[in-house]
Amino acid sequence: MDYFAQQLINGLVLGSIYGLIAIGYTMVYGIVGMINFAHGDIFMIGGFIALITFLILVSLGLTAIPVILLVVLLVSMAITALYGWTIERIAYRPLRHSFRLAPMLSAIGMSFVLTNYSQVAQGARVKPIPPFIPGGHTLHESPDGFVIQLSNIQIMVVLTTIVLLGIFTWLVSRTRLGRDMRACEQDQTMAALLGVDVDRTISMTFVIGAALAAVAGLMYLLYYGLVDFFMGFVAGIKAFTAAVLGGIGSLPGAMLGGLAIGLIETFWSAYFSVEYKDVAAFSILIVVLIFMPTGLLGRPEVEKV
Amino acid sequence: MTSSSHETTTASRTTGIPALLKTAFINALIALVLFSLMIGIRTEAGSDGQLTYWTRFGDLASIVAAVFGGSIVIDLLRQWIGPTGAEKLVPASVQSGMSFIGRYLAPALLIFALLVPVIFYNQRYILDLAILVLTYVMLGWGLNVVVGLAGLLDLGYVAFYAVGAYSYALLATNFGWSFWVCLPLAGILAAFWGVLLGFPVLRLRGDYLAIVTLAFGEIIRLVIINWQDLTGGPNGVSGIPRPSFFGIPLDNSDDGLAAKLGIEYSPTHRIVFLFYLILALALLTNWVTIRLRRLPIGRAWEALREDEVACRALGINTTTTKLTAFATGAMFGGFAGAFFATRQGFISPESFTFQESALVLAIVVLGGMGSQLGVALAALTMIGGFELFRSLETYRMLVFGMAMVLIMIWRPRGIIGHRAPTVFLTKAQAISSDLVKEGHG
Repeated sequence: MDYFAQQLINGLVLGSIYGLIAIGYTMVYGIVGMINFAHGDIFMIGGFIALITFLILVSLGLTAIPVILLVVLLVSMAITALYGWTIERIAYRPLRHSFRLAPMLSAIGMSFVLTNYSQVAQGARVKPIPPFIPGGHTLHESPDGFVIQLSNIQIMVVLTTIVLLGIFTWLVSRTRLGRDMRACEQDQTMAALLGVDVDRTISMTFVIGAALAAVAGLMYLLYYGLVDFFMGFVAGIKAFTAAVLGGIGSLPGAMLGGLAIGLIETFWSAYFSVEYKDVAAFSILIVVLIFMPTGLLGRPEVEKV
Repeated sequence: MTSSSHETTTASRTTGIPALLKTAFINALIALVLFSLMIGIRTEAGSDGQLTYWTRFGDLASIVAAVFGGSIVIDLLRQWIGPTGAEKLVPASVQSGMSFIGRYLAPALLIFALLVPVIFYNQRYILDLAILVLTYVMLGWGLNVVVGLAGLLDLGYVAFYAVGAYSYALLATNFGWSFWVCLPLAGILAAFWGVLLGFPVLRLRGDYLAIVTLAFGEIIRLVIINWQDLTGGPNGVSGIPRPSFFGIPLDNSDDGLAAKLGIEYSPTHRIVFLFYLILALALLTNWVTIRLRRLPIGRAWEALREDEVACRALGINTTTTKLTAFATGAMFGGFAGAFFATRQGFISPESFTFQESALVLAIVVLGGMGSQLGVALAALTMIGGFELFRSLETYRMLVFGMAMVLIMIWRPRGIIGHRAPTVFLTKAQAISSDLVKEGHG
């Protein structure tokens, strides 16, 4: 039971990270109708920028942990958001009215560019950082010596996710930008006729998605203590699986799907085999698409001619 | 990355020099922020695990300067060429000349390919490279059936390549079966996996399909890595027998082909044999594809590519159409895999990564989806061309990625051109407007 509880905590933390990435997939799919294949790599870039900012701040002699964290968060969100914006402008906007495979192929090309760009720029080796936020709490200690741990980083990851989700829900449901986004999701032509700047709205979607991916990258860096140039690929597929599982286009669905994938992966590793955990996650994607093509919270899709 | 200068150029097309400079300045500023940390600072983990860093502001400055200059150049080019684009760049006489060359290019290339071992008999390196290029030509033509003809985006093609390679390797090492028995088996097994993958994805749209095939490719690779008892895991399978000339081994023994023909043995014989083997396999792929394209099934593939809903409305069974496309493409992938295994003599999961899938996909896309000649030329350029710049290996995938993006923007249907459906009505038909929904004729 204790082991189960510990895995539950681990799974929820991992699921929060997946959920943050999955929101980026779901938003872009909802509005533009394309899978942003490069989104996993944007997450990776976010992790790298957070790492480099950390390094600079620490070498400057800064010691106040909250200040460092805040600066790193803002810098990595800002720069990664600019990456998202640039990628949309270069690789996706010119193709918005092209034939249906074109944006997908362009996104795959972009994903290669980002992966290999960071490999060329930062090298292929894993970049570790020392544990930054040590400590934790012992929730329960069983007689046979098994301890349920809740580390401070885990608390921080979950809290950050909850706060960001709150801000994000407010953004989509209460602000002008959110209303524009929902309008574009319904019908881009109609929204444009009614005075919504569609180009700007789509750009902002990419910017917000990339900023959330940057937060996920920072959380990944803090939680696992490392980044490498290839981590965007697997994390990207899993987050995409989460988005599909939750129902692509649905924001609460993305978070729910992220938690589900995180839990499934963690329990699979804990009770079956670590080697096949990725196989399990990818198989879920296939099974979900066969039996629930619209996911848990998705709307049925009507095929237009 | 000079490509970031594409932004905001539309706004400045008709304006003067100040706007030009402003655009370039903004682009350079964006580039400065984008590359500041990733290029300007290099991190490295030392031997004690401690992370160190050093600055590379010189590189950063040159990249930003390149973006600034590139932005101006592209803007000027756009103003000079105007919105007509590529047509004005290439005069009509050159275009007709190119189409004239195009007609004779395919036979000329074929004759050249047949003569390669004769011309370069003593140059082992060139022969090896030619075999590599032909392997990719074959893979490209195989994937072309799925992506180019049927319009189904398959990101896990390398899985079938892997199935073919491991089928041959395991059958040959465990049971000692000959290459010629295993080759069709490898193709059948790969086709079987193609159908197996086809079933779940039948109901999916193009982009979901891509992700599922990607996941499938990864599953196959992970299973190969982890199923140590069968596949040897990360160590791979070694000691895979070389192919024989229909039972006669190509070696230095008394039963060898050289001894039987009464000529002196040379290791080049085997290389030449392998060359003609892959050439024959590739030509088989090409021939079958061209034949199938004229049959009802091939026409159904092309109809599916053009419009799935209309296809269904016309009573074409999209299920069998998709499955046959997957199975045919997979079978050729399996053949290529068996060839790869026998040529290398050793296979490991490292040869079957997603990058490999994407490389083949890039060849198909860059060559022009559906164009047989285009795929062959793209394989020649990308595999052969990069071999010439061996030292630039680290930049290879970076350049592929950029090429994919740029070609999608510039010519979404590929450089060489996209094949129109094989069957067309000779004359455009006028359709009464009341038969057509809201004028979307």
